[in-house]
This record gives sequence, C-alpha cells and structure tokens, in this order.
Amino acid sequence: MTFLSLPDAINSCVHDGDEVALEGFTHLIPFAAGLEIIRQRRKDLALIRMTPDLLYDQMIGMGVARKLTFSWGGNPGVGSLHRFRDAVEKSWPRPIEIVEHSHAAMANAYEAGAAGLPCAIFRGYRGSDLPRVNLNIRFLNCPFTGEELACIPALRPDVAIIHAQKADREGNVLIEGIVGVQKEAVLAAKRSVVTVEEIVDDFGPRSTNAVILPHWTLTAVAHAPGGAKPSYAHGYYARNNAFYLAWDEISRDRTIFQDWMEANVLA
Amino acid sequence: MSAYTRTEMMTIAAARALSNNDICFVGIGLPSAACNLARLTHAPQLTLIYESGTLSTKPDVLPLSIGDGELCETALTTVSVPEMFRYWLQGGRITLGFLGGAQIDRFGNINSTVIGNYANPKVRLPGSGGATEIATSCGKVFIVMNQGPRSFVNQVDFVTSLGHGPTGVERKQLGIKTQGPALLVTDLCVMRPEQGTNEFIVTSLHPDVTRDSVTQNTGWPVRFASGVEQTPPPTSAELEALRELQARTARAHGTAAANQ
Repeated sequence: MTFLSLPDAINSCVHDGDEVALEGFTHLIPFAAGLEIIRQRRKDLALIRMTPDLLYDQMIGMGVARKLTFSWGGNPGVGSLHRFRDAVEKSWPRPIEIVEHSHAAMANAYEAGAAGLPCAIFRGYRGSDLPRVNLNIRFLNCPFTGEELACIPALRPDVAIIHAQKADREGNVLIEGIVGVQKEAVLAAKRSVVTVEEIVDDFGPRSTNAVILPHWTLTAVAHAPGGAKPSYAHGYYARNNAFYLAWDEISRDRTIFQDWMEANVLA
Repeated sequence: MSAYTRTEMMTIAAARALSNNDICFVGIGLPSAACNLARLTHAPQLTLIYESGTLSTKPDVLPLSIGDGELCETALTTVSVPEMFRYWLQGGRITLGFLGGAQIDRFGNINSTVIGNYANPKVRLPGSGGATEIATSCGKVFIVMNQGPRSFVNQVDFVTSLGHGPTGVERKQLGIKTQGPALLVTDLCVMRPEQGTNEFIVTSLHPDVTRDSVTQNTGWPVRFASGVEQTPPPTSAELEALRELQARTARAHGTAAANQ
C-alpha cells in the first residue's frame, strides 16, 4: 500500500482498456475518483458496478466506457439515467456493450472473485429472460441433489476503487454503515484504490467486528475529503438528494450535460 | 377527512394487505410507502428489509434510495449486500417480496428491463436490481402498480421477474416452491390470482371506479371474480398517517420524493 494523491493513484492504477469496478451501494460512492478518471481522459474502460448511479452516467456520457456490467441502471427514487440510456439506445457518445445481471448475481460474482473461485453458483434467474440476453448466465446441476442452479463467471476486475471513512497511518481502511460489496470488490481485484474522508492516528473505539481492509490488501490510499459527494459518507455528510433530483434535468440534454461537465469537472 | 387521490387509495389498499407477521423485502417507491404506512398504522411489528443490507429498519421518512442513511441508522443491524442476497433472501428467510415494474401481464410476470427489443430498445429501463430473485425466493409476492393499457399488457416485452409464467403454469413446472404473485394492487382495483389458472382477476374495485374503466385500462381481456367487493375507502386515520409520512418525507428530501 502506498499513500498517493488522488491524481497519482488514478494515474498509476487505472490504464486505458482496464476492467474497473467503482463500488459503493448508494452509500460511499467514489465520485472524486471517478471524476479524476474522466479528467485524466482514460478510454475504452470496461466499467463494472451494481448500480451505475450518477457517477457512471457521467463517465459513460463523457465516453470513458466501451462496456458496462451492471444490475440496476436507474437514478434511485428519481427515474432514468439519461446518459446511460442515450448510450444504450442511441450509441451516444459511443456504442457501449452491456452485460446485464441481477443484484444477487453481481453480489455472488464479487464474492466468488474475493474467494478466488472461477465462478459463482446460486439459486437465481429462474424463469427470467436475462439468461437469453447474457450468455454468461448458465445453469448446472448440483452433484448431490440434482437441483438446477445458476452459474456465472466470478468478477475479477483489474482495479477496484472504493471510498471509505477512515484510513490509519499504516493505510488500513475502516468502512461503516451500509457496507455494500466494497470489501468483496477490493479482494476480488488485482489492484485497488481507496479514497478516504480522513487519515487518523488510530481508529479509536470500534466494534471488534468492524469492517476493516488491512493495508496489505490495498494498492493505494488517497485522502479525498468529500470524495463520495453527492452520495453520502455515514458519520460525515448526508446524501445530496436535491442534486440527484437536479441531475434528471442536467443529464437529459447532451449539450447541457457537456456544459455542466465542462464547468464542474473539467474546469 | 374527505377527498383522497387514487394513488392514496392504492397505497392504503396495499398497506392493509400487510401484517405484523410479515418479513418484507421492500422496493423503493410505492412498495416502500405502503410498507411504512402499514408499520405506522395497523402492523407496528412488520419487519422491513431493504436490499442495501438493512435488517428490521424503521425509517421515520420514506427513503429516496434503497440505501439512504436513514435506513441504516434505524435498522437492527446492517449486513453486506452479498450476505443480504445469499443468507437472507436465497436462504428463505423473507416471507414477502413487494415489487413494482413498468409492465405486467395477467400472470404477474414483470418487465423492468426494456420496452421493445432488447438489442435495440425503444426505452431502456433500469433493469432487475434485486427483483429477479425476490420474485422466486420470497415466500410470496405482492405487486403494486399504476394501471393502464400500456403497463398492463397482453404480453410483457421482457420477463425480468417471473410471475406464474407466460401461460400461468411455468412457475410450477420449474419446480419453484415459493407461491409467487399473490396480490396486485392498482390505483383502480385489487386483483388476485384465480385458483387453477393463476390469472389475475379483479376481486375488489376501489370506490367510484367502474368495471368499464378497469377494462379500458387493461391490455388483456380482464375478468372479474364472481362477487366483486368494493374496497373500503381510506379511513381518516389511514389518510392522516400517510399524509404525515409524506409531509415528513417532503421536508427531508424535497417534494418530488414524497410524490412517489
């Protein structure tokens, strides 16, 4: 693990063409890191994320992605992700290949990746049309009971990026609140970048079962206070629900979107 | 309290179907409003679980997203998302799944993926999220949706979440042991699957709704149970609890969220 600035962490860990997972289930979405990827003009990324959310809407709209693996592509509680829709429906700004799953499948696939397995096996996709459009959803029979179970490849991204509350001076990372699939994504990935709200001498009082990623499981840690905004960081700041509502208008039109990105991200 | 909207009637009718014994996997929007209304009125022991991993959560306002901080802060405990789907959902711990969608057919098969052709969609919808496995792993499924000819269709463009199957029998043929769709609450009526065919038929009309209007708003030749009941109108206590919940939600998130 190395402490790096966010630009240096992205520059050294994320390369053109990489398979990249930026995770955080509504909570702790690593926006600062994703926007840095846009600023560094990475291209042809294969993005992975259960809920693309506003962050991937921005990255897809800026043409960063050649491929998206996902399980729910909406603006939570608001409606569509317009940039994601424009890419899928109209190939703008570039065609995007989609690999679609359910949440259960994605969660299982990250867990399988973290466990060092080639595939995930679970009871899923029964009667759904998803296996017709994603040929990596297959079925096998339990060797003991004969039950038919779903089987999909493990997720093993080149790089996983997450945001967390705290790192200590050694670079161990503490995650609290809705912990999502971040631990699994980091342990499944070849490299990992963690941005944190603060770097502390000691984590202080905590549950003996707190979710902690040891420094020797991480590639880089970067101090990025506010790095999850407009999503939230439990104990630091609330979700900016007004921005999630406002994004519906900003993202609806290609020019308004580009102007917004120019003024707020690239400038 | 006199006047009420059709959406209020729908939310209240859905809430009434929930009981203290249910362990409920909740989706955002109408299901979340109905579940929390039930918890605030007749079913205070109702257990609510959101797919972000929050077990037994008791939010004071309706969440805008499935993973709002409010859900975590008021939960008994919060588990990881893989644990949520493996131990709690797939493990069979959840008695009731509450779903919505963009399209539904007469057998309760739900589309939340695409309108039109998958490879070249007219409208790309958000997709499954948790719904595909909620539909088959929960003990039974309740559905709440606004009724209209474009959403209540003869055939869904894509089966995201299995109901009773394209002809009403496939669920059973696949050996799925859970009950599947057991109740469909709309802004016009309540439907339940007919014994034998598993086809949703109208069992209760909301006040001031005619059979004609249900027929016009259904894309298949909808049938009515013998002895269709009338849904009791909202009580003043129900309306008051719902409106207070939505007012609190509006103050917390801004008005758009409260209108869900």
